[in-house]
Amino acid sequence: MEYLLIFISAIFVNNIVLAQFLGICPFLGVSKKIDTSLGMSAAVAFVMVLATLVTWLVQTYVLVPAHLEYLQTIAFILVIASLVQMIEIILKKVSPALYQALGIFLPLITTNCAVLGVAILVIQKEMNLGHSIMYAFSTAIGFGLALTVFAGIREQLALTDIPKGMRGMAIVLVTAGLLSLAFMGFSGVDGGLRILLGLD
Amino acid sequence: MNYLNIIKNGIVKDNPTFVLMLGMCPTLATTTSAGNGLAMGLATMAVLMCTNFVISCMKNLTPDKVRIPVFIVVIATFVTLLQMAIKAYLPQVDKELGLFIPLIVVNCIILGRAEAFAAKNSPVASLIDGVGIGLGFTLALTLLGIVREILGAGAVFGYAFIPEDYNILLFVLAPGAFITLGYLIAIVNKLK
Amino acid sequence: MKKLDSSLLNMVLVLTCVAVVMGVILAFMNNLTSTPIAQQKEKALADGIKMVMQADDMTVSRIDTLRLLDNKNKEQVFVVYNNEKGAAVESTTNGFGGKLRVLVGFDTEGTILGYTLLEHSETPGLGAKADKWFQEGEKGCIIGMTPSTPLTVSKDGGQVDAITASTITSRAFLLAVNNAYNAYINQKKED
Repeated sequence: MEYLLIFISAIFVNNIVLAQFLGICPFLGVSKKIDTSLGMSAAVAFVMVLATLVTWLVQTYVLVPAHLEYLQTIAFILVIASLVQMIEIILKKVSPALYQALGIFLPLITTNCAVLGVAILVIQKEMNLGHSIMYAFSTAIGFGLALTVFAGIREQLALTDIPKGMRGMAIVLVTAGLLSLAFMGFSGVDGGLRILLGLD
Repeated sequence: MNYLNIIKNGIVKDNPTFVLMLGMCPTLATTTSAGNGLAMGLATMAVLMCTNFVISCMKNLTPDKVRIPVFIVVIATFVTLLQMAIKAYLPQVDKELGLFIPLIVVNCIILGRAEAFAAKNSPVASLIDGVGIGLGFTLALTLLGIVREILGAGAVFGYAFIPEDYNILLFVLAPGAFITLGYLIAIVNKLK
Repeated sequence: MKKLDSSLLNMVLVLTCVAVVMGVILAFMNNLTSTPIAQQKEKALADGIKMVMQADDMTVSRIDTLRLLDNKNKEQVFVVYNNEKGAAVESTTNGFGGKLRVLVGFDTEGTILGYTLLEHSETPGLGAKADKWFQEGEKGCIIGMTPSTPLTVSKDGGQVDAITASTITSRAFLLAVNNAYNAYINQKKED
């Protein structure tokens, strides 16, 4: 039941992009078309879950016992960079078509603050391994949802007439703001869900 | 290399927020007040100056194919050093900026600048570039923070001067960040 | 100086050297800053306790960590900082946006001397006002009240004014205060 709460909360109530401001660069950069958005979301989901799993294990079984917590930032980012590198190599061999489709996006996932952000957050929130993985998975879905919905809006926006000053990033950001406002409507849902599921 | 030009470049022509549009995550997240925006900008500038300098010093010793991991290790080290210093001597800042200090590691500005400038220029020029870009970033963040704080909390740097009833709460919340930045960019576009 | 070429040996060597050098720098800095960091944490807690006990100087005589089961059989953890004036109790509930951690100062009779929010994820401008709303002289003042009968918001028939448009946060806050009181009284009974 806790897992359901984490799932709903991470996707709607505390959406990683629209509420927590993580993953903005790909959100603004990749969301021009729906199919690239879906591809990027899938790639991010894969990296995010894997990265959270590995970094959680590294933190719990390496950094903490050896009193090396201060190496967290450097260790985590190296894990993420290596994972992305590995995925690139594997993808190239296993599915060259997908590799081509993702193109430049794959190495960019390394600098996606959402991936590092989630890895650090689950440690800060002192989540156990199961909850951490669920959180990472749900966050990735939330990321994908925000990205795809936004791409849908942008595809429509491209067909409309926008005042010259607002063209480009300006209108994109204001639109993102309105989407963020819409998602704010979900606040408190986790509190109610918590009571409904008898977790309180 | 005219050093003054490098600085002017970082603030105006290559302004990371309004022109290059890099480092958006901390820009939106930490500008809930002018003070927070300023702190984040300065923190990023500190890291950028150090990483640009060190990476430029090392550029001839870094084989091309392994440069990204090397850059990342250097950047991560300086960010961790900054984290330690802030936790030890500026706990208020630590509380306000929270997660976003370690996230400086993945701030595209730092890696981007290392690739675009430090890897190709002298250490001193790279250091100055760090100052320029850092100042550009800090100015952008502080400006955004000032606007959001005035509209959302009726204050600037903590000094309240608009009665609470006229505060538009939206601006210190998530949507306000997007909307404010959007309009600021529109204004910058118009002025170009 | 010509750039080093990307042979495997060079790459491994450089990366390892860089990693080792950086590691050493970090270890050194960590040594340097670990004491100040620990001191900051202690100071923050000490300041918090002084503030809620309304005292300029405070020595904590005993720290107890109580684990009690609430009416739903869920374990609640309270940290009680006993001192000469009474005790500062740390209590946690679920607020509107996340965990709400409150530190409440009680005198020996259980009367509230002061409080502070240690951790919260409430909405700024709404629930986040809880850090000031229930203080002395404010609309929802609870200072001087004794939760022998649990404190509730006026909507629920109680004496405390809830934060405008933030009933859930207000309820969660009062629940934390009431729980803290019960934990303290419980502990006094066992002494």
